[in-house]
Amino acid sequence: MFGWEFPPHILGGLGTASYGLTKGMAQQEDMEILFVIPKPWGDEEQSFMKIIGSSNTPIVWRDVPWEMAQARLVKYMDPQEYYWMRDNIYADFSYMNTNDLGCIEFSGRYPNNILEETNNYSIVAGVIARTYQFDVIHSHDWLTYPAGLHAKSVSGKPMVIHVHATEFDRSGGKPNPIVYGIEKDGMDHCDHIICVSNLTRRTVIDNYHQPEWKVTTVHNAVDPLRPEIEAIERISGVSEKVVTFLGRITMQKGPEFFVDAATQVIRKTDHIRFVMAGSGDMMDQMIRLVAERGIADKFHFTGFLRGKQVYEMLKSSDVYVMPSVSEPFGISPLEAMQCNVPSIISYQSGCSEILHNVIKTDYWDVDAMADAIYSICTYPAMAEHLKVEGKIEVDNILWEDAGKKVRNIYNNLL
Amino acid sequence: MKTICFYFQIHQPFRLKRYRFFNIGRDHYYFDDYANEDILQQIAARSYIPANRMLLDLVNQNKGKFKVAFSISGVALEQLEIYAPEVIDGFRELAKSGNVEFLTETYAHSLASLYDPEEFRNQVKHHAERIEVLFGQKPTVLRNTELIYSDDIAEMAYDMGYTKMITEGAKHVLGWKSPNYVYHAATQPKMKLLLKNSRYSNDINFRFSNYSWNEYPLTAEKFTSWIAATPPEEKVFNLFMNYETLGNLQPSHTGIFEFMKALPRFAFERGIGFTTPGEALDSHEAVGPINVPNTISWADEERDVSAWLGNKLQQSALKSLYEMGERVRLCTDRRLNHDWIYLQSSDHFYYMSTKHLGGGESQFSPYLSPYDAFNNYMNVLSDFLGRVKAQYPDTVDNEELNALLTTIHNQEMEIKRLQLELKTIIGSNEELLVEKTKK
Repeated sequence: MFGWEFPPHILGGLGTASYGLTKGMAQQEDMEILFVIPKPWGDEEQSFMKIIGSSNTPIVWRDVPWEMAQARLVKYMDPQEYYWMRDNIYADFSYMNTNDLGCIEFSGRYPNNILEETNNYSIVAGVIARTYQFDVIHSHDWLTYPAGLHAKSVSGKPMVIHVHATEFDRSGGKPNPIVYGIEKDGMDHCDHIICVSNLTRRTVIDNYHQPEWKVTTVHNAVDPLRPEIEAIERISGVSEKVVTFLGRITMQKGPEFFVDAATQVIRKTDHIRFVMAGSGDMMDQMIRLVAERGIADKFHFTGFLRGKQVYEMLKSSDVYVMPSVSEPFGISPLEAMQCNVPSIISYQSGCSEILHNVIKTDYWDVDAMADAIYSICTYPAMAEHLKVEGKIEVDNILWEDAGKKVRNIYNNLL
Repeated sequence: MKTICFYFQIHQPFRLKRYRFFNIGRDHYYFDDYANEDILQQIAARSYIPANRMLLDLVNQNKGKFKVAFSISGVALEQLEIYAPEVIDGFRELAKSGNVEFLTETYAHSLASLYDPEEFRNQVKHHAERIEVLFGQKPTVLRNTELIYSDDIAEMAYDMGYTKMITEGAKHVLGWKSPNYVYHAATQPKMKLLLKNSRYSNDINFRFSNYSWNEYPLTAEKFTSWIAATPPEEKVFNLFMNYETLGNLQPSHTGIFEFMKALPRFAFERGIGFTTPGEALDSHEAVGPINVPNTISWADEERDVSAWLGNKLQQSALKSLYEMGERVRLCTDRRLNHDWIYLQSSDHFYYMSTKHLGGGESQFSPYLSPYDAFNNYMNVLSDFLGRVKAQYPDTVDNEELNALLTTIHNQEMEIKRLQLELKTIIGSNEELLVEKTKK
């Protein structure tokens, strides 16, 4: 598998989904997974699969003594593998910028030179594909498509593409032609395409002109809460109900609709507060908007939350709102429901295809959203129903099942 | 005789700590004690203490001929008392010399004059009392926060009993006029005004150590020669600046202290004296009115108030703050009243300024961005609002509440009076009883 992010160092939903799916698939007894990421930190969970870091894969032959390899790499992998990979360098890359181990440095994030980084990633993939044995190649999102294609051409094994998001979702319908090109190339030359929702499947078929038979939907699931997360108590000290938006504050997530709905609710009532958690390119704009509306004393920003803070925020919320304009799947409402928080989601989110005990509105229908927020905060019966039923529902959405569906696709390809 | 009128401003806000959404309702302490102590002690060591010592020497050496004035905001006084009491002692000694004047200003260094006249009145009164207690002189000259001034504010100040104010000699207000005269307010002829001479003031506080300035280096001799060369009718040269200019904004290695030490000698040689704002305003008649329909201040090139209320964030925060002013004044909780003062310091709103975004405007700001400053402030304000609401029920409006509180207060007085009466009656009855038993 080729991925870009892996917990605990995640920047978006891609890492969480890759992790969950791998974990779900690892429960199949005859499954062995090799997961390639650009930059491992050494604290990733490797109990059910093996992580290979591109930043530890040599592409230029260097005479590295064993002690040095051991000292530098033991945190990430068996140093012996470094030498195996070094034996599989397939071309002269000495013109490239490499370190004393002959490896390229990766940021593992989304830097400005992301195209260069994806290209480097596919160079590294060539070495990895020559070193290891595998039956299927599985690429998560466009950043890893070139790497997957490279591995396919080296090994001749079937390649599956996993579409967590398309450029159409990210850009609001105005795709970057280079990114679109990479996505289209990957889809055209792979053997099967997995989409995280029917919504995304439709986009792939319509906008990337893929045949219907080649595209299958496998909905995401959610990992059960760990006991230490389960134990977190509500920590907000306000007496009012708390309505939360949690995610990147960017066009795709529809933050301005949340502010609009909040404005309506705050003008009518006094017992509801709003929180916008997360950061993003539209954050400053949203702060200005809130100030302009004059609701800043009831509308709060937390900035970026990481790890445990996310759950502290959810556990302190009474309503979770995800007004995404275009969301391929959107795992966060599932996480909110795990924390017993009633959720309001937009029809334009992939997860609305599988969730029933939530309130769904159109992302632009601010009135309906305000209405739903008000009723959940005001009528205990409504909140209680969504809490209890939502929890039951979400506890039955398992990665294991998603893993089985993916396995079926593999079986058809082999 | 030409006179130089020095006035130094001392102000430090109570900076807020990082206050998250989760703190709201659970944590009612808002201030970053560590940063406040650290910053104040650094500035005191670099500027306030050596500058006080130097000025005291100058005052003593020149036997009544060298004079300066200070305006110290109430919140700065409080911090000095906690973190650097020796600075207060220094000011006390200066006050004792009789050649140093203390001005009055808003206690919180607040923008109340623009939003809440009653709060403005209270704060000025509070500050004047504090100055009298500390330094033994009743201030007569009013200096509004950041030299903010307009015709309306002049009238307000006059109604409060002040006839002397100082403000900025803003170019767009003065036009062809010179700031080196005494003026009076256009709307209130009895309100006399002293205007800051921006050029000479900035020569010292901004340009003094600027190598690329064509007049660098500035010597006391050169500076006094400029003043001596002005037309003979121009009498008062108002050098208004931040006290931190001495030693902090212009570090001691630039020679700022030596410049100040040399200044009196060269001034006296050229027949230039020193005065304080109060004295200058008393000894000169106003030459004409100054018309200021739009508010001015001493900030930025525009000399207006856009640094504090230039954008939506600042306006919204100030509005939320002053909307509850009336209610807060009905509360008697001491900590609440303190916080109310501290939250009004103009600095909190200055940190939210987006005027020079990316231009390094936030050299004093403890925040990453104006938006960050806004979020933090609003979180604090939300908690504060909650505390105010908890004092009295929300459903009672201010007028009604006021009436109720008065009734309660009166009833208390009435009860006390009746108790007293009862006591005297019981007392006299007892006396009667004693007398009876004697019989």
